[in-house]
Amino acid sequence: MTKPIVVHQLTKRFGDFEAVTDVSFTAPEGAITALLGPSGSGKSTVLRMIAGLEVPTSGHVWMGEEELTVKSVQERQVGFVFQHYALFRHMTVANNVAFGLSVRKVDRAAQRRRVDELLELVQLAPFRNRYPDQLSGGQRQRVALARALAPQPQVLLLDEPFGALDARVRQDLRRWLDELHRELGVTSLLVTHDQEEALELANKVVVMHEGKIEQVGTPSEIYDEPATAFVAGFVGSANVLHGNVVDGHVHLDSIRVPGADHLPEGAAASAYVRPHDVRIAEPGGPPNGSVSATVERISRLGWVARLSLRLADGNVLVAHVPQEELNGASEGDRVSIDLRNPKAFHRDGVEEPARTA
Amino acid sequence: MSAVAKPGGRADLQRRRIVRALLVSVVVAYVTVLLLIPLGGIVWTALKPGWSVVGQTFVAADVRHAFLLTGVITLITLVVTTAFGVTVAWVLVRQRFRGRGLLNAIVDLPFALSPVTVGIAAVLLFGRGGWFAPWFDARGISIIYALPSMLLVTIFISIPFVIREVQPVLVEVGTEEEDAARTLGASVLQSFRRVTLPNIRWGLFYGVALSAARAIGEIGAVLIVSGAIQGKTETATLYIFRAVEERQTASGYLAALVLALVSIALLIGIETAKHRIERMKSA
Amino acid sequence: MIALPVAAIITKGFGDGLGSLRSALATPGATAAIRLTLITATLTAVINGVMGTLIAYSLVRFRFSGRNVLSTVVDLPLAIPTLVTGVMLRAIYGPAAPIGSALQRLGIHVIFAPLGVEVALLVVTLPFVVRAVQPVLLELDPSEEEAAITLGAKGWKTFRKIVLPAILPAIAAGALLTFARALGEFGAIVIVSGNKTGTLTAPVFIFQLASQFRTAEAAAVASVLFALSFVMVLLTARLLRRKEEV
Repeated sequence: MTKPIVVHQLTKRFGDFEAVTDVSFTAPEGAITALLGPSGSGKSTVLRMIAGLEVPTSGHVWMGEEELTVKSVQERQVGFVFQHYALFRHMTVANNVAFGLSVRKVDRAAQRRRVDELLELVQLAPFRNRYPDQLSGGQRQRVALARALAPQPQVLLLDEPFGALDARVRQDLRRWLDELHRELGVTSLLVTHDQEEALELANKVVVMHEGKIEQVGTPSEIYDEPATAFVAGFVGSANVLHGNVVDGHVHLDSIRVPGADHLPEGAAASAYVRPHDVRIAEPGGPPNGSVSATVERISRLGWVARLSLRLADGNVLVAHVPQEELNGASEGDRVSIDLRNPKAFHRDGVEEPARTA
Repeated sequence: MSAVAKPGGRADLQRRRIVRALLVSVVVAYVTVLLLIPLGGIVWTALKPGWSVVGQTFVAADVRHAFLLTGVITLITLVVTTAFGVTVAWVLVRQRFRGRGLLNAIVDLPFALSPVTVGIAAVLLFGRGGWFAPWFDARGISIIYALPSMLLVTIFISIPFVIREVQPVLVEVGTEEEDAARTLGASVLQSFRRVTLPNIRWGLFYGVALSAARAIGEIGAVLIVSGAIQGKTETATLYIFRAVEERQTASGYLAALVLALVSIALLIGIETAKHRIERMKSA
Repeated sequence: MIALPVAAIITKGFGDGLGSLRSALATPGATAAIRLTLITATLTAVINGVMGTLIAYSLVRFRFSGRNVLSTVVDLPLAIPTLVTGVMLRAIYGPAAPIGSALQRLGIHVIFAPLGVEVALLVVTLPFVVRAVQPVLLELDPSEEEAAITLGAKGWKTFRKIVLPAILPAIAAGALLTFARALGEFGAIVIVSGNKTGTLTAPVFIFQLASQFRTAEAAAVASVLFALSFVMVLLTARLLRRKEEV
């Protein structure tokens, strides 16, 4: 019953400003696909074009075999959940959920049954006669979800659904949405700027930046194998070191970071290393790729220790090291560190200051 | 209610109390002289001859006709201005099109014009020698000195009230609920009827009430276009005008009192709507 | 629907170009009427500008019994027909009326005199400045004033330096609206003024011309009045736009 969504070369211009440029991807049927990116990346615009709330300047959207771009919003039969719920403030919870059905002239008894079914699903049955302003944020969003699902859409679109909620509620709802999706199996597209959310919920992630797609892949691909500097910096935290390419390494002063084989000799490049990939080298081990650093600060947080390590050239790296691997290092010590899994990228004209995670 | 903390000692408090009392008395005195005393004046003057004046006034056919005419005109005006006004407000707020700024400015025009100017314009358009006169004369329809022109001018001067009061409420309410309705399959009309209208109802009520008050009270334009023919094109206000000019003070003043009471009833409706709107804004 | 009457006025009135302007001014009584209109409108804008601000300030900042009643009464002129307002004033301040006759003996003529015209205008335009200033006062952040007080500023100084600049645009907008309204007011004035030359405002004068079927002259004076209103609309629009840009 549920279908995949195919987006092909979608572009959207508002006057002179191009919000979305040539975006193409597929959201597989039955899966949760996340559109991840910072604000202004165009992800909400893409979602709204899929829903029909915005008209693309060019490009097409398909749901299975049907082309959506030629249809009106009403005909598309997509469920849409808004960041600020958009519940009908003058209607009860039950009437809100029933709206999509009453608009299609479904008979009263059938409406009632479906509303009951959905309210059970979202666990809000006792609230059916309340008004939206009597509910908490989390409850309102669940009603919004029930309302979107009532007419049995083939696709569910969620626009930063948890953005307006407190952190704790957000986590609870995230888990709850995950379970719901497992049960229903509707193709879902989730727009979010919260990478934790995307990595936790999605089967597939589309990373967007300034209107363009940076990378498409599974959560682990995005995290472990970032395709661009932006993805490396945006998803998960990273230490960034700037230098030039010499012999397949990124050189800065005394440090040589491998992983730049794909870049031209002499090019300006940035190396990205995750904090948990910065480790204290085994004493007496080979100095291959090892770098010398002074321990500036150690914060112990449960099983992990967070270290600030100052390099000879002044750069400071953040390392997340399991406490067992500290080997008695303490503040002020000089240690050798390994930089594992570095990812090197071409540095564009934009001068990013050397950043630590 | 903005409450500014007022620090200071006993002397400051005393001084502030005096200042406050002074200002408030000035304000109350001003409003009393301008409004409350005249209001009392008309109640006293109208009812001075005794309660019988009520019967005497309304026994006259032309008085009854005048009030009936005002009622009819107001009702028709309300229907037209509500339908037209809501549509224009919706278009101005929700749609983007070239010339929107111009339309916005034009909407405010009837506010700026003196009613006599409106009346003159109507005469110029529809009266003898006017632009549209030939078309209507050929069909035997009289506009000036008849109901149609009175309706036209009343509608013209009342429309901005509905538009001006609905616009900000439409903006305040936002488009998200309407978007949601559309994704759920509601047509534009369904979304408007079931989602937009209930959300703007207090702003609409406010605008309609103001519009009604204006229509009932219209005199300048109507006086010029209607010819004030007793029993045919004389509205309540026109009757009062004639009565006062002809020194039939008793009936004239009573009729004025009746209109004042109707307006006060409307005012109470207006104030209620205003409070509801304020509450909605702070929600 | 709205554009047509405007076009009619402009063309009929200015049809002869400046010639009609001159003919309008040539009509006996026209200049006097226009002058009275301008004077009273300006006076009204100034007086109600000040009083309106005072009223708004009292309603927002002070607590006193009857505050809600006052607020409703201030809105009265919005609902009551202007003609009825004129009748009310005549009923109490007219020469035959209780208070009016007493004033007459003191030599103060209200009804059938310019004073009456001014009073009528003050009543009719009362709510405008109040309603313009009130919301701005409500929105004002009290911490600015509190800071000034802690730095030693006394009541009037805080008002002058902090509150006044903030509400000045609102006062100006309200005053402009008052002026525009006063320019065109008819219903109240026609009852309150006599038919003597010294007490006719432009709208009443136009009406007189029209009722004498001197339509062309009426249109000429009306177009002058219209031009004045038009300038007002432009000024207000310019002011509002600048307020939004701030």
